[in-house]
Amino acid sequence: MSGHSTYNPTNPVMKWLDDRLPLPRLMYDSFVSYPVPRNLNYWYTFGGILMIMMVSQIITGIILVMHYTPHVDMAFDSVEHIRRNVNFGNVLQKWHAVGASFFFIAVYIHIARGMYYGSYKAPREILWMLGVAIFLVMMATGFMGYVLPWGQMSFWGAKVITNLFSAVPFFGEAIVTWLWGGFSVDNATLQRFFSLHYLLPFVLVGVVILHVWALHVTGQGNPTGVEVKSGQDTIAFTPFATVKDAFALSVFFIVFTAFVFYAPDYLGHSINYEEANPLVTPEHIVPEWYYLPFYAILRAVPDKLLGVVAMFGSIMIWFILPWLDTSKVRSAAYRPIFKQLFWLLMIDFFILGVVGANPPEGWWITVGQIATVYYFAHFLILLPLVGLLETPRPLPSSISDAVLAKNASKQPAAQPAE
Amino acid sequence: MKTTKTLLAAIALGTSLVLGTTAAVAAGKQHNAEDISFSFEGVFGHFDRAQLQRGYLVYKQVCAACHSMSLMSYRNLGERGGPELSEAEVKALAAEATIQDGPNDEGEMFERPGLPSDRFASPFPNMQAAMAANGGAYPVDLTLITKKREGFHFPWYVSPFIKLVKGNGGPEYVRSVLMGYEDPPADAAKDAPEGKSYNPYFAAGPWISMAPPLSEDAVEYADGTKASVEQMATDVAAFLTWAGEPKMEQRKSMGFQVVLYLALLSLLLFLTKKRVWGREPH
Amino acid sequence: MSTAEAPDEDRRDFLYIATGAVGAVGAAALAVPLIDQMNPSASVLALASIEVDLSPIEEGQSITVKWRGNPVIIRHRTAKEIEEAKAVNVADLPDQDARNANVADGSAATDENRVVDGKTQYLVQMGVCTHLGCVPIGNEGEYDGWFCPCHGSHYDTSGRIRKGPAPENLPVPEYQYLSDTKIKIG
Repeated sequence: MSGHSTYNPTNPVMKWLDDRLPLPRLMYDSFVSYPVPRNLNYWYTFGGILMIMMVSQIITGIILVMHYTPHVDMAFDSVEHIRRNVNFGNVLQKWHAVGASFFFIAVYIHIARGMYYGSYKAPREILWMLGVAIFLVMMATGFMGYVLPWGQMSFWGAKVITNLFSAVPFFGEAIVTWLWGGFSVDNATLQRFFSLHYLLPFVLVGVVILHVWALHVTGQGNPTGVEVKSGQDTIAFTPFATVKDAFALSVFFIVFTAFVFYAPDYLGHSINYEEANPLVTPEHIVPEWYYLPFYAILRAVPDKLLGVVAMFGSIMIWFILPWLDTSKVRSAAYRPIFKQLFWLLMIDFFILGVVGANPPEGWWITVGQIATVYYFAHFLILLPLVGLLETPRPLPSSISDAVLAKNASKQPAAQPAE
Repeated sequence: MKTTKTLLAAIALGTSLVLGTTAAVAAGKQHNAEDISFSFEGVFGHFDRAQLQRGYLVYKQVCAACHSMSLMSYRNLGERGGPELSEAEVKALAAEATIQDGPNDEGEMFERPGLPSDRFASPFPNMQAAMAANGGAYPVDLTLITKKREGFHFPWYVSPFIKLVKGNGGPEYVRSVLMGYEDPPADAAKDAPEGKSYNPYFAAGPWISMAPPLSEDAVEYADGTKASVEQMATDVAAFLTWAGEPKMEQRKSMGFQVVLYLALLSLLLFLTKKRVWGREPH
Repeated sequence: MSTAEAPDEDRRDFLYIATGAVGAVGAAALAVPLIDQMNPSASVLALASIEVDLSPIEEGQSITVKWRGNPVIIRHRTAKEIEEAKAVNVADLPDQDARNANVADGSAATDENRVVDGKTQYLVQMGVCTHLGCVPIGNEGEYDGWFCPCHGSHYDTSGRIRKGPAPENLPVPEYQYLSDTKIKIG
């Protein structure tokens, strides 16, 4: 964060290094003395959790590449080789596969938290937009990674998703052939997906660094949405935020490892244990769960091109969210109507997910279409309107005031701190 | 700690409800497999060594005539967490098989007795030969059969919860298909495809190309167990489950340690967090 | 910000140390799978033995077979070569250890200790120079044995290092005779 550094090394080695390359100072200012609002709740720990999940995915990914073979004849068997023969391979492979799911669980919570507390509002628009970019890179990475085991769902998922680009007018066919490097999803496709699946995580790291940089420029938001006004409002990152993040991470990992060790196949598809067969399509092609809401939007639109546009648009719309929300108040805690709209959006998103998992038949189609319309209406109509019409509740004068008021109401007998 | 509870509830809800819907498949005509309790289910589940050995015998003497298990090696039969045959038994079993090797110094392929490091010998050299010999139907490779087939199909709104507890029902599927041959109902019988049998448990059914493979006492168990069709079906289902993931026991025991460790760490971190924040208002 | 020094500072210290220690143990345990995954996998270990038929090897000829990814040189030695090997005084050798996995550790580097009794004509050894891992060429060098072209190490007809930078004799892998003319390496 901008402001004078308080780093004052006592160790002569650190001082020597700091005079020449202020790396210790950067670390100290960013992760030790960095002031964070004292009223952050557990929803704010998911940024740290995401950081760890990203590192976890990269480490296990690098390990899997040591044993994996990106060739149509060997890819499937090499994944089985990892699960059967490589030391700890059974766990490492599942850690990576289940880890992708939990990476997305954490990112969805993180995004929802941002929407609820209005974290995207000025001056944090760039911070938010970088976050949307991170989500897009994650989606691309996850999609390509799912192709690599070369099971039936890998193959047909790749074929269906790459075919989305055939909706592009005039150049569609050419683009798809170019993506495939052939006339179908085949070895050339697998190898380029492998290459990009290895590359994109490092792009992700780059965007994450920008994201954290932007965060440290504007400072963190907080549940009240009131900006930090004085030192009274903040607390040092270490040890306060560090230990809270560590606790949340540890609890998150209990759930994560419970899935890795006891339900490793639960979040995947059984049919992906069958090697890819270009001649036979599985009965139901569904993407991984984390794409389902967007997949439902794609299928809700009867026109091929417009469906693709709607699907990509449903994420792209997040880029302009800071300007769609017209309210001056950030946090949903002080916006009674917006708060309800937020939960309606969550329900709508969940419904879209369920629709995406089910075959596009009968009333599923209608439900999907209504949910899709509502999704766009939320961002394009309701959000701008409610900002103008709603009367927000009075904001606290500062974060510390809000904290003291909360503590006072919770335990009236407690003596005020400070 | 209302926030903590909300967080946990959200994670639990998110993981069990939203995500599991992917597994939901519309219930078709396929009968649900009979849900029985196997020894390898649950957090502390272990394979029954004797059952795996019996199951291997059924595979070897019945299934292996048509079905390959291309990812399995003979050495797996002696590894920890499986049937755990002795080294000598594994060598003898491997040596019974004929493996094509080569080329030798003359450039010729030759045949030799199998070694523990060899993969299970396949009944057919390739998929085309297998289909040609079986009237155009491909006898599926059985290594991952219990992983890739699902025995349980429930409506979408309960399926995610049931499968979280029961799994996909792959082992039960194998068992039910093997036991599930029956006389076709009258209306179906009149357009019965030639050479096929009626089996409502079969995933791509109800007509299946495989003739009923098991009959009373089709194998003779060394441990004296009566080889009823149900016994053989159950044993071979257990064996195939092990084959689908030979390291399942290691995974579960390691998982128990990991989760226990994380629970302890979480408790300590929670106490530390409380101490650190002390009387800091937040 | 208050610093709130509590009276129960000892308990606090203990809690911090316990948490830190448990965390450190977890981090260390985490390293085990990450490191061990690079060790040979079960499938690699299973291929650790091969069988070789010696009968086609004529006297004075060598064959090279691949074992664990490395060349193994099997030479059917002539009487002259055996004699030369036996004539050497062990005390004169740079490496006086037999380097034979089939005899006791630290056995003297006599020719008898490099081959199997009664099968002295067959020398089985790794074709991997003990200097930096190149493959020595047969029937070369100043001692009628092997010569490593990379950095000029000379081995004699028993595969012992005689001259050059290599520190040790060519190692003899674990092997045994399955029949009169068949050996199993590994």
